[in-house]
Amino acid sequence: MRKVQLLIVGAGPAGLSAGIEAARAGVQVTIIDENLRPGGQLFKQIHKFFGSRVHNAGVRGFRIGEKLLQDTKDLGVEVLLGYPVYGIFPGGEVVYGTADGAHQMKAEKIILATGANENNLYFEGSTLPGVMTAGAAQTMINLHHVLPGKRVIMVGSGNVGLIVSYQLLQAGAKVEAVVEAAPSIGGYGVHAGKLKRAGVPFYLSHTVRRAMGSTEVEAVELVELDHFKPVPGTEKIIEADTVCMAVGLTPMTELASLCGCELVESRGLGGLVPAHDHNMCTTNPDVYIAGDISGVEEASTAMEEGRLAGTAAAESLGYISEAEAAEKKAEIHRRLDLLRSGQFGAKRAEAKAEIEKSFAQMQRGGEVG
Amino acid sequence: MSKQILEGPGIPSAERRAKGPVACIECFQQIPCNPCEEACPRGAITVGDEITSLPHLDAEKCNGCGLCMTRCPGLAIFTVDESCAGDRARVSFPYEYVPLPEKGQEIACTDREGRFVTEGTVYQVRTSKAFDHTAIVTVEIPKEYSMEVRFIRRPGTEAGEDRGEVDSGE
Repeated sequence: MRKVQLLIVGAGPAGLSAGIEAARAGVQVTIIDENLRPGGQLFKQIHKFFGSRVHNAGVRGFRIGEKLLQDTKDLGVEVLLGYPVYGIFPGGEVVYGTADGAHQMKAEKIILATGANENNLYFEGSTLPGVMTAGAAQTMINLHHVLPGKRVIMVGSGNVGLIVSYQLLQAGAKVEAVVEAAPSIGGYGVHAGKLKRAGVPFYLSHTVRRAMGSTEVEAVELVELDHFKPVPGTEKIIEADTVCMAVGLTPMTELASLCGCELVESRGLGGLVPAHDHNMCTTNPDVYIAGDISGVEEASTAMEEGRLAGTAAAESLGYISEAEAAEKKAEIHRRLDLLRSGQFGAKRAEAKAEIEKSFAQMQRGGEVG
Repeated sequence: MSKQILEGPGIPSAERRAKGPVACIECFQQIPCNPCEEACPRGAITVGDEITSLPHLDAEKCNGCGLCMTRCPGLAIFTVDESCAGDRARVSFPYEYVPLPEKGQEIACTDREGRFVTEGTVYQVRTSKAFDHTAIVTVEIPKEYSMEVRFIRRPGTEAGEDRGEVDSGE
C-alpha cells in the first residue's frame, strides 16, 4: 500500500495552507480533494477580504487562492483531485476512489479540512427549480458566469447572504429582497450598506412562507415574524424567479467520526464539531482538523487554522523542534486572536474556547476511564 | 427625509469639509480590519494595534486623494469636497459595477439607503490597476446634500420603487 507522511483531506484555504506550512518544514505532503479544481470556495470570492496585511486584507479572495496554489506547486506538494475519500480506518488507512475503482493509502498523520455544508430551509415550493443555496448561486455567477435568475430573493442576512447578494447585483441580477428572520441584520453593516446604497430592500423579522410557480419559481410569499412566529395577515407576494438560501453552514464531520474523533456541540459555530485542542489536534492523536470542520468561520481564519495544524503535524512528525513550533504557533495564534476580536469575532473566540475546554475534559475523562 | 448627522472618529468636521476634499470614513462596527491605515500615503488614518478599533481620521493630514476608498473591503470610505464654486459639492464613492457612468453624465444621486436625493453630474470616473477593479466615481451636486448623497442610480437599472414600510435594518 502507498504510504504518505501527511495526508490532508480538502484542498480549500485551510487544507492548502496546512499543506504549505508542513511542506515548508520538509514534510512529504499529499492533499486530496473530491473536486476537480483546488481552492475550495476561494475562487468564488471576488470581493476584497477583511483583516490586516498579514491576513491579505484588501486583496480579492481568488487572488489569495492563486497565491496558495502557486506556493503548493513551488513546494512540490502533491494534490490529488477528483477523489472523494470514502473511509479512514485505524492505523491511518485511507480509502478513496473514482469511477475507476477504490484506492488505498496509509498516512502517518491526517489533517481533515473538509469544510462545511450549506443549510437548507424547507417550505412549500422549496423543491421548485430556482430555489438554491447562496453558495450555488455564487458558483454559477463567479465560476461559470451563468446568471441563475434575474430577480432574486435572498434568505438570510449573514455575511454570506450579503456578499452573494452584492455579487448577484454585480453580475446583473436584481435582488428584490434580503429576508431575515431576526429583527436585525446578521452580517457586517458595511456589507449591508453596499446593498442598501444600491436600493436593495431588507425585510427584517420576515421569512419565506412559500415559493409559487408551476414549473419554476414565479413569485415568493413572505410573512412577517413576531419573535420568530408568523403574524397572520402580514403575507406579501413578491415576483421573483430565484430564491437563494444563506441560512448557515454545518461542519462536515463524517470522516472525523470515522476516525474516532469525539464530537462536541458548538451552537455558535454550526453544530457538531470534532473536539480539538489549541493545536487543532482531535481526540485521535494522529488526526488534526482545520477550517470550517472545526467550527464555521471564514476563509482568513481557515487559512490560519490550516497553518496551525500544518505546524503541529510537522512537529509531531519530528520535522521541527518543539521550541520552533511553539514560536510559530504563538505567532499564528496572535493572528487568529486578531480575527476573533471585536463585536462579531468575540463570540467566535468564546465558542472556540468552549470547544477546547470540552477537549480537555474528554482527555481527563479518558485518563480516569 | 431626515438629515442624518454622522458622528465618529472617521468623520471630518463641517469646517474641514469646507476647506477642500477630505475622506469620510463611515465605518461604525468593530470589524478586525485595517487596510485603510496603510493605504494612506500621508499617515492620516490610524487604526492601531487593536485592529477592531474604528479608523481615526486626522482630517488636517488628509488631502482627499481617495486611495483608501479602493482598499476598504467594506466600501465604506467616501470623499467630500465642499469647496467648489457656486454652492456645489463633489462626493466620491467606490463603484464596482459595469457599465461605469460616464463623465459629464446627468445622473440621479441617491443616499445610503438608495433613495433619490438630487440630480447631479458625473464629474470624474477614476480607474487604475492599483485600484484592483474598484472605480472611484465623483458626482457634483448641490452643496446641501454633500453628507446625504453616497451613490447613484446605477446606469442600466430602473428607477427605485417606493420602499414604503421596509425596515432599513438599523
